[in-house]
Amino acid sequence: MSSQAHTGRGVRALLLGLALTYVVVLLIAPLAGIAYYALKPGFGSIVDTLQLRDVQHAFYLTAVIMFVAVVVTGVLGIVVALVLARDRFAGKAVVSALVNLPLAVSPVIVGLMAVLLFGTAGWFEPFFAAQGIQIMFALPAMILVTIFISIPFVIREVAPLLEELGMDEEQTAWTLGASRLQTFFRITLPNIRWGLLYGTALSAARAIGEVGAVLIVSGLLQGRTETATLYVLRAFDQYQEEQGYIVALMLAGFSILLLIGIETFKRRSARAVS
Amino acid sequence: MAGAAQHAVPRRFLPWRVRPQPGALPRWSLRGVALLYLGLFVVLPVVAVLESGFGDGLTNLKDAMASFGAWKAIRLTVVMAVLTAVINGAFGTLLAYVLVRIRFPGRELLSAIVDLPFAIPSLVAGVMLVALYGPSSALGGWFEDHGLEIIFAPPGILLALLFVTLPLVVRSVQPVLAELDRDEEEAAHTLGSGRWTTFRKIVLPALRPAIAAGSLLAFSRSLGEFGAIVFVAGNIPNKTLTAPVFITQLINVSPDQAAAVSALIFGLAFIVVLVTEKLISRHSDRYSA
Amino acid sequence: MAIGVLQVTKRFGDFVALDDVSLAIPSGSLTVLLGPSGSGKSTLLRVIAGLEMPDAGEVTIFDTDATPLPPQKRGVGFVFQHYAAFKRMSVRENVAFGLKIRKRPKAEIRARVDELLELVQLQGLAERYPSQLSGGQRQRMALARALAVEPQVLLLDEPFGALDARVRKELRAWLRRLHDEVHVTTVLVTHDQEEAMEVADRVAVINTGRIEQYGKPRDLYEHPASEFVMTFVGPVTRLRNAYIRPHDVDVQLAANGKSEEATVERVVHLGFEVRVEVELAEGGHLLAQMTREEAERLELLEGQKVFVRPRRTTTFEAGTDESAENVSPHGASGASSH
Repeated sequence: MSSQAHTGRGVRALLLGLALTYVVVLLIAPLAGIAYYALKPGFGSIVDTLQLRDVQHAFYLTAVIMFVAVVVTGVLGIVVALVLARDRFAGKAVVSALVNLPLAVSPVIVGLMAVLLFGTAGWFEPFFAAQGIQIMFALPAMILVTIFISIPFVIREVAPLLEELGMDEEQTAWTLGASRLQTFFRITLPNIRWGLLYGTALSAARAIGEVGAVLIVSGLLQGRTETATLYVLRAFDQYQEEQGYIVALMLAGFSILLLIGIETFKRRSARAVS
Repeated sequence: MAGAAQHAVPRRFLPWRVRPQPGALPRWSLRGVALLYLGLFVVLPVVAVLESGFGDGLTNLKDAMASFGAWKAIRLTVVMAVLTAVINGAFGTLLAYVLVRIRFPGRELLSAIVDLPFAIPSLVAGVMLVALYGPSSALGGWFEDHGLEIIFAPPGILLALLFVTLPLVVRSVQPVLAELDRDEEEAAHTLGSGRWTTFRKIVLPALRPAIAAGSLLAFSRSLGEFGAIVFVAGNIPNKTLTAPVFITQLINVSPDQAAAVSALIFGLAFIVVLVTEKLISRHSDRYSA
Repeated sequence: MAIGVLQVTKRFGDFVALDDVSLAIPSGSLTVLLGPSGSGKSTLLRVIAGLEMPDAGEVTIFDTDATPLPPQKRGVGFVFQHYAAFKRMSVRENVAFGLKIRKRPKAEIRARVDELLELVQLQGLAERYPSQLSGGQRQRMALARALAVEPQVLLLDEPFGALDARVRKELRAWLRRLHDEVHVTTVLVTHDQEEAMEVADRVAVINTGRIEQYGKPRDLYEHPASEFVMTFVGPVTRLRNAYIRPHDVDVQLAANGKSEEATVERVVHLGFEVRVEVELAEGGHLLAQMTREEAERLELLEGQKVFVRPRRTTTFEAGTDESAENVSPHGASGASSH
């Protein structure tokens, strides 16, 4: 690479060293710290912690919320992406802004939104109360806020992909007799799959890591509306540091697995378009 | 002529609006679903916040700001956000440069590590910082002995924000840098320009929009960050209480006041995101890297 | 009549792509829609295919009103300029796609695909993926894919536009031979007049959304209906108000009746033909074309004084579609009637 010829060896090493130091201090060292504190008491303690009912319930709840949020934002995200990429109408910029809005909103404000809509004096509270359905301080509210914060990811990956791909293949399939639905499943979906997976992995990671919004709407009912992140928060608050570190490490570990998925899908997606 | 349509009015004279268009989708149903989805999940909550916060004019906002520590919280949040944007603007660009222009073993690994904050829950980031710099840790002890507070003090907040926002800048600058046409730089070299001068006069100006976009994203994200901070900061009013945590406390007191402050912060962040989208969309697509 | 287009108009916002266009395409023919970029030729093709809906007018395909039908139901085969290969399927799966949708039995599909691959000379490449094929091969695959479902009508949108010049010429000839064998009513869109003249049974020249002329290639060349058609369909040189084909310019060394004096500016040898650029004594330039033998006989050199006279000219009345042709009594060729 010609730029390497111009940037002398010494300068390159300096820049590299500086960058690596920053990354190690900021990103890696803290990760190592967690591992240390979680593993210090030994594996036995990890097993004990994982057998606690509260911990198991917390993981279960996180998994359920993540799954629902990912599926909803995935399916509807594809719909929005199709509309953004292919439909012709005025006001697309507004739709695009709406899609990006959850990225700008603090999760705390998201929780507030839920309170305003479903809380005691909320807009929809009377309706749901009359039906006997509890939203706030229960699973539904937690799922709803998690959906909100997960909305952008699939759309932001799939919409540009659809635009790049164009409609030639789909139109060819039509002329060959395939219905719109058949064309979607046989042609469109396979063509966007890596971008879709990338977006899904990002939204899954985001859903698992959510804490601000679910904190506000959960009511913190131990063993009932406590996600893994909320468990960690409470554990440290109640001086159960050991359990806190262990659950945090579990979360970090799973996130790293997701990260590997994210990186793989990202690369495949980039390759598929070029 | 053969095959004339059997309509009361020959089809060819029907106004265009009446004819179905064979577009990409069953147009109205898909569009309807998309609009309903976004309308219910995004528009509705935003309207609720605005109505609640400013439905009675500015009283809610005034009352909220009268709370103990309110102004300090906002000021602290904004200052931290600015610092984060500036520091990560610089280091993020450095990282992007290293990842694009320098070949070294483990480059792919470094690239993956940079994405770590995207995957790790922000709360866990906070826990990690406490683990490393907390009073009970070796490192933390050393800092305390020397009179430096990290945890439960602004430096801790800054570290948390730097952690969380680093990928935003790197991923904003990296694709632009990768797409940059080397010809200009090479021309400059043949004309006698040194490395640093070339970088300053040719590369940097080309990168400026992307750096700005990434930094603004970092700023915007920092305004609203909760998970990483609530743990690391200690939430001490007038010292380490940030706006998002403050809003959390306010919700229990009065959702309407919380709404007013939220709308303020949220308005700021949203404007910033709109501006950055405009800056980003003027540059090469995200798939070059 | 295979395809009928009746008074079709199509607008995109304020832009009128097709303006009251009517066309009748005979069954079994190979018709070319010829025109410059933006003329509306691709739009017309897509309207026939059902990929665009006209704002006014009708399309009939073999006596059925196709206007309300979606592309799935029109029995049209369509080939895009950039192949539109199904990237994630093998060549075999690509070609078999339409048959699979129609749920034909596996054995039948397999046999038909093999038959088609042989027809387009891609046998042996059945298991490859489109990314492993050359542009020409991909286009042949696209053709096989379209033919697999036995369409009533085959529509090709600048099919050779993305290929190298040499491959383009080869495929052009190949397509003509294929058509002679298979006889499917075919409509091909192109901006390349050489391609049109070489391949077509009939040519429709389109300009700014209107059909200027529709007829056999020879008719278009020799009896163009408008200025546009004449200049688009072949080389043209101008003498004041008249249009002349370069090969209709008679060059002599001595004055002869109505001939004009001119000086040779440049002599270009293009293999068999020789192109002579002359500057008229009265002002203006003319382009003459002759065979090598003629040029040798005249021993033309730069700066030489010659006398030129058009054997045949065409003029167009401004504002009308009328053309008048002037054939000089001494002209050997081109003196024939319509």
